[in-house]
Amino acid sequence: MSWVTKTLKSTLGRKLIMALTGLFLILFLTGHVSGNLLLFKGDGGEAFNMYAKFMTTNPAVKLLSYLTYISVIGHVIYSITLNRLNKSARPIGYAESGAFTNSTWSSRNMGILGTIILVFLAGHLYSFWFQIHWGDVPIVTYAGEEYKDLYSVVKVAFQQEWMVALYVVAMTFLGFHLSHGFASAFQTLGLNHKKYSPAIKTLGSIYCVLVPVLFASMPLYIYFTS
Amino acid sequence: MQLTLKIWRQKNASDKGGFATYPVDHVSKDMSFLEMLDVLNEELTEKGQDPVHFDHDCREGICGSCSLYINGKPHGPLQTTTCQLHMRSFNDGETVTIEPWRAKAFPVLKDLVVDRYAFDRIIQAGGYVSVGTGGVPDANEIPIPKTIADLAMDAAQCIGCGACVAACKNASAMLFTSAKVSQLALLPQGQVERKTRAEKMVAQMDAEGFGACTNTGACEAECPKGISITNIARMNREYFSAVVSSENL
Amino acid sequence: MILDSKIPAGPLAEKWTKHKFNSKLVNPANKRKYEVIVVGTGLAGASAAASLAELGYNVKAFTFHDSPRRAHSIAAQGGINAAKNYQNDGDSVFRLFYDTVKGGDYRAREANVYRLAEVSVKIIDQCVAQGVPFAREYGGLLSNRSFGGAQVSRTFYARGQTGQQLLLGAYSALSRQVANGKVKLYPRSEMMDVVMIDGQARGIVTRNLITGAVETHTAHAVLLCTGGYGNVFFLSTNAMGSNVTAAWRAHKRGAYFANPCFTQIHPTCIPVSGDHQSKLTLMSESLRNDGRVWVPATKETAEKLRKGEIKVNDIKEEDRDYFLERKYPSFGNLVPRDVASRNAKYVCDEGRGVNETGEAVFLDFRDAIKRDTKAIIASKYGNLFDMYKQITGEDPYQVPMMIYPAVHYTMGGLWVDYNLMTTIPGLYALGEANFSDHGANRLGASALMQGLADGYFVIPYTIGDYLAQTLPKPIDANHPEFIKAAEEVKNRISQLLKIKGKKSVDYFHKILGKIMWNECGMARSAEGLKKAKAEIKELKRDFWADVKVLGTNEELNLTLEKAHRVADFIELGELMIDDALSREESCGGHFREEYQTPEGEALRDDENFAYVAAWKYMGENQEEELHKEPLVFENVKLTQRSYK
Repeated sequence: MSWVTKTLKSTLGRKLIMALTGLFLILFLTGHVSGNLLLFKGDGGEAFNMYAKFMTTNPAVKLLSYLTYISVIGHVIYSITLNRLNKSARPIGYAESGAFTNSTWSSRNMGILGTIILVFLAGHLYSFWFQIHWGDVPIVTYAGEEYKDLYSVVKVAFQQEWMVALYVVAMTFLGFHLSHGFASAFQTLGLNHKKYSPAIKTLGSIYCVLVPVLFASMPLYIYFTS
Repeated sequence: MQLTLKIWRQKNASDKGGFATYPVDHVSKDMSFLEMLDVLNEELTEKGQDPVHFDHDCREGICGSCSLYINGKPHGPLQTTTCQLHMRSFNDGETVTIEPWRAKAFPVLKDLVVDRYAFDRIIQAGGYVSVGTGGVPDANEIPIPKTIADLAMDAAQCIGCGACVAACKNASAMLFTSAKVSQLALLPQGQVERKTRAEKMVAQMDAEGFGACTNTGACEAECPKGISITNIARMNREYFSAVVSSENL
Repeated sequence: MILDSKIPAGPLAEKWTKHKFNSKLVNPANKRKYEVIVVGTGLAGASAAASLAELGYNVKAFTFHDSPRRAHSIAAQGGINAAKNYQNDGDSVFRLFYDTVKGGDYRAREANVYRLAEVSVKIIDQCVAQGVPFAREYGGLLSNRSFGGAQVSRTFYARGQTGQQLLLGAYSALSRQVANGKVKLYPRSEMMDVVMIDGQARGIVTRNLITGAVETHTAHAVLLCTGGYGNVFFLSTNAMGSNVTAAWRAHKRGAYFANPCFTQIHPTCIPVSGDHQSKLTLMSESLRNDGRVWVPATKETAEKLRKGEIKVNDIKEEDRDYFLERKYPSFGNLVPRDVASRNAKYVCDEGRGVNETGEAVFLDFRDAIKRDTKAIIASKYGNLFDMYKQITGEDPYQVPMMIYPAVHYTMGGLWVDYNLMTTIPGLYALGEANFSDHGANRLGASALMQGLADGYFVIPYTIGDYLAQTLPKPIDANHPEFIKAAEEVKNRISQLLKIKGKKSVDYFHKILGKIMWNECGMARSAEGLKKAKAEIKELKRDFWADVKVLGTNEELNLTLEKAHRVADFIELGELMIDDALSREESCGGHFREEYQTPEGEALRDDENFAYVAAWKYMGENQEEELHKEPLVFENVKLTQRSYK
């Protein structure tokens, strides 16, 4: 076994993958949420559709998107193997658990939270990402140039109550996942320091509320404004 | 006061085991938890029943022998060792559930006694400075900043009881392993073998079948010596920088 | 047999150097052909096993614990002495030697103590190199404190856990040798006997505590590093498992037992709270630096206090008796351990004890808090106060602590010569298991020093001298002596299991403890000792007729383990009484009521008792035979201790 595979097979190596992919996905979320803020522009979706085209055609973004796919897949696969390893480390469980006194609920249930988010993600990708790439999306023209009208797809989708509700609930789960994941990734990378860790923790607490709230506000905004 | 004890009984390593219930009367609030079990054992002996086996020795919170998962928490409701837990932490009439540490790497030997040799093997993998007896420099030859010495001492206080493993949802031994890696990584004496030590100790920890770390912080919250998870972060740092920069293939 | 202490000739300061040179060496290529057994993995055992393995010997290390790191050395709090003179306050090897001999009330061997002081400096170097995180000053150099009334600051410490850190250091060195394959570790294995071939120790018999298997192990030399026997008193500050079995079995095979009655009682322990009490907890002696020891001035006040009719804080200043300050104006609360302990006993015997059992005195921080503020007191003793509160449920910042003396250390042990060899060739005793360095009383922070000195720096030299005279041939594991010894152990086990009596093992242990504590504890008298001897003889008979040991041998059986140990404690108890009875003087921890000065202080008799009492086992139920090793003092002048 080479030192690389040995490292990646170790518990610490696997955690490193989880942390790095997790942090990359946090970066992705940051970009995603910022871009999507264009939905609030009230220009009938022009800016949003132009942004969508840029995101699907720009080669640099393309590269980043491949990294995102890899991160999602890596994050999922490693979480599954880690979960199996962790379960096997305690074949017989306790009859009584007092875990709620020593750790947060989300920190103990990252797997469940992640699974819910993954299921949501599959649906989300089908509804939008798949559609813009391969689906039957109407075309609009701005300043003589053709654009896929993703905005209308979004608008149609979020006029259905159950979709809005689904998105809001899913974002709650994402919030809980991030509430542990954000600071935890830094701890895994070994970035724990008297001076900086409090700032990371604060940032994490803000992030895990802000980003899901912004995401959730989009379907709500569309639902209530149209 | 009166208590009902629900205790895990298991004849030996291959026995399946199960809970047995014992009522105990005349429990004094000044008794330690283990003394309460001593009283139970005297009663069981009186009746000709096998006493409950549990590990214990110094009974002053330092040897790390005592274990016991009491009411869902390692070493019971307080952040201390079981031997330092007193019955005034319980209420009259309460039911107290007592289980052994649960981890693949800590197999049950009998009743509440588990096998913790895995910890020794982790230390044997590199938890030392390779200096033989004699031929070492004068103790004051290398000054060590007080803050660093204090941090090393914080980590070195680990008593090897295994409460961290017992508390962790993944039965991970990161806190134990990182305490030793940290202590020696902080001190100048540990520098020579710093990289190899981190690599070998982590490899041994994994080989023993402990789980990975989810950073829940349960270990730190339950550690009777208050060992901090900053040590785990330090171990991660040590390990990652070791694997990329050491000469070990 | 004439006891030959093998003390080298020549001036004191040159004895050890000369002796090392004169000791024979084992050819490096031959070292791997020798096997050495080390029983016990505390400070002495772990350091010896590691050091011998480093030299190339094949070591087998045994511990009844699940890990070497659990040995009771781990519980030592205060520190370790070393004559480094880092503080420039006039310390030297000779001063440490002098203090130790004097502190031991002139009942220790000069040459051994000098060697101890001499190697003490190397211990600190060794431990620091291993990564032991001793306390440091802001400049990065090692910090020292004055301990146990010493006039110089020579104590090195690691918070209140010095024993733990030193043991973990030795344990790490041992672990390294286990990884190297030079030490084979046998955890959860209890030594049951020594195997003798042609008058020499050639192996041991053990019981595997998990499976019950009785096993034999061969070696060219056997080291007993099995600690002290304070648990003969049932209640002591020793760990629950600490026992005399290994040493006692060696004694029965011919190793003389020296000064068994020399036990140390520590004054600052948490008092007994009831019959359920299983052990006593020591609190650091440093508390006496600021705490004031007192009891109510009259029996009547004490009685009211015990009944809860008055509160301690309501007792007026003039109704308090600060008895140590009153009797010893110059040393006050800082008198040595034995003096403080004995005086606590006296006031309690007068009916002035302060807790429900009447066996406790106050250690009061009220005045210190008033003088220094609570914050300063908390910074010095915070962890001890917390520990006290956790155990007793009372807050020592609000009400005075209650303390009472408890058995803490045993200075007696297997007789050894200058090479640490017992009277059985090839059998050595190290650390608290031997008798050699502390005389009749041990100074604070000297136990850790002795354990590590023996293991790191004495035995690696002296064992070579013996092994070099032994052929490096493998020992025959099938020798009839091994088979015979194993059979004897098995018989004893089945004998215990067959009794099926009515009384638990602890029942006997508790009675033994009470007898020993009352008659062979802080104060002893011929009358009481004779009575105790008769009681113990009866107890022994009763034990072997009526003890109840449940279960089988072929399993983890804590009752069976304990039954073996208690059986040996009972026999040891009798020998301690014989020893206390024959020593018709008071010295150090041994206080005979008949031999005291008009002021009630210990009265030594150097004319007749300046000797080591070494007892030879003469057979089951036979009186043991006393052998005397005269103590010759060429470098210190014998004086009477005075703390007035």
